[in-house]
Amino acid sequence: MTGAVVPGARRWRERAIEAVLFLSASVGVVTTVGIIVVLAFETFEFFVQVSPLEYLTGTVWSASIRPYAFGVIPLVVSTLMIAIIALAIAVPLGLLAAVYLAEYASARTRDLLKPILELLAGIPTIVLGFFAITVVSPLLKSTILPSLGPFSALAAGIVVGLLVLPVIASLSEDAMRAVPRALREGSLALGATSFETIRKVVLPAALSGVMASIILAMSRAVGETMAVVLAAGTNPTLTLDPRDSVQTMTAFIVQISLGDTPQQSIQFKALFAVGATLFLMTLGLNLLSDWLVRRFRNVYE
Amino acid sequence: MSGLARAAEAPRFEPALMQRRLSGTLFYGACLAAIGLTLLAILLLLYDIFTRGLSHLDVDFLTGVPSRFPDRAGVLPALVGSLQLGILLAAIAFPVGVAAAVYLEEYARQSRLNQLLRTNIANLAGVPSIVYGIFGLALFVRALGLGYTLIAAALTLALLILPVVIISTMEAIRAVPPSQREAAYALGATRWQVVSGAVLPAAAPGIMTGTILAMARAIGETAPLILVGAVTFVTYLPGPFEGGYTVLPIQVYSWAARFQPAFQEISATAIIVLLALLVVLNVLALVVRVRLSRHLQW
Repeated sequence: MTGAVVPGARRWRERAIEAVLFLSASVGVVTTVGIIVVLAFETFEFFVQVSPLEYLTGTVWSASIRPYAFGVIPLVVSTLMIAIIALAIAVPLGLLAAVYLAEYASARTRDLLKPILELLAGIPTIVLGFFAITVVSPLLKSTILPSLGPFSALAAGIVVGLLVLPVIASLSEDAMRAVPRALREGSLALGATSFETIRKVVLPAALSGVMASIILAMSRAVGETMAVVLAAGTNPTLTLDPRDSVQTMTAFIVQISLGDTPQQSIQFKALFAVGATLFLMTLGLNLLSDWLVRRFRNVYE
Repeated sequence: MSGLARAAEAPRFEPALMQRRLSGTLFYGACLAAIGLTLLAILLLLYDIFTRGLSHLDVDFLTGVPSRFPDRAGVLPALVGSLQLGILLAAIAFPVGVAAAVYLEEYARQSRLNQLLRTNIANLAGVPSIVYGIFGLALFVRALGLGYTLIAAALTLALLILPVVIISTMEAIRAVPPSQREAAYALGATRWQVVSGAVLPAAAPGIMTGTILAMARAIGETAPLILVGAVTFVTYLPGPFEGGYTVLPIQVYSWAARFQPAFQEISATAIIVLLALLVVLNVLALVVRVRLSRHLQW
């Protein structure tokens, strides 16, 4: 800008730019409000036809076969079962990998391994779903579970575990590396071995960060869609057997939107109700994870 | 002396130390095994896809259209759809995301409203992608009347990656040393002149890299696109405001879901094309970062 611009015009210009920038920054809030309004409005329409009590406590879900039943419990239980299988895979592997990267690996090894973990995080989830049906399911069937069908909660849970593993590994590693060096040195100086230092000093100090990473991974697993659609099937039964074919909340949403379901039908409204349930569950987990991270920060700052 | 006698009675140190060292070694072994198992899973995944799909990868596959016969099928509509989608959504998300980040880092005062904007962006990053699909369906497809078109899909995915673009841009802006801003202010620049002349050029490598990586993430997304109407069988190349578009992940899904070996093979081939596209974007992000930061030094 040259000095020829009168100060008044310049000030006006600055204000206009600030206004445009502020508008851009508010797109996020508008999105959040929009998501909540859309979900609330359509869910309300759904609850006009199906009572909330029936939806929340019903144990039968039958959206495509008469008599229709909209009890969400089978979908929620399947979703949680797959998330728990995923965590059973991802927590031990992810935590051990994080300990290795934070405590044992040399800088060079870490520089080599971290991009590979990020590679895993960058693989589209549909590819992991493909891996579940072409490798994981047949492998399970031919080795330990001969009775396994083409769709199972177990195969889906295993690939979702692979999918959330980088979340746990990388966030837990950050938490462990944030533990001050002096704590480790104090422990080593008292004669503890490096394993004892990790177990009794580093892990307890990083615990809330580690917990936050696990809860965030759980939230990802609950919201995961394509791997689950391909591997777990579309069979909304209430079961706790991981060998069964199940339908998660996300898989139901996909099933309805892929079909020719009329947009004014009760099934289509159920899509929004299930979406709202999913949104609230992941929001709760994310807020819990945030809270844990904030607590963790307070310890060292 | 009684002290010495007591010390002699105390449990001996050495055997316990052996055991403690052993458990340390076992734990180290477990850590290595965890890393090894993870790498093995990645290798197995890539090996399976390449052995299944590589034989179908040729010019006919890249320039062909889907077919009932797997041997004649190709991915041209899906590949073109993914490229168009990537360019469109970057054109939407990049300016909005950078402007939002500039506001939050350079303009926003410590007020409750601005704190809310920040917290909200962090929370949006954790919303499952399929929920964005539901929102895109209600807002862009229905309320704004865009229908099941590529532009509705691009807008939906732009919202999805906006938090990622904003967060990475904020980090890039924060990494610019205050001295750069102070020098510009000292020369009499206005706030916007400081931002556009000093801060943004210095933050450009980080901003570009973050945006390209966010774009790569969006190109691999499937679930939200199912909600905003990507279809599985497209034999022509639709424009952005026409219906009936498809993208690579959707094509992968539709072939994989057929559960016939021949279709699974071409599904793997489509995955190879998708992964190649993502690798190109990642390399581009790296190159942009190196080239743009070459002239920066402080």
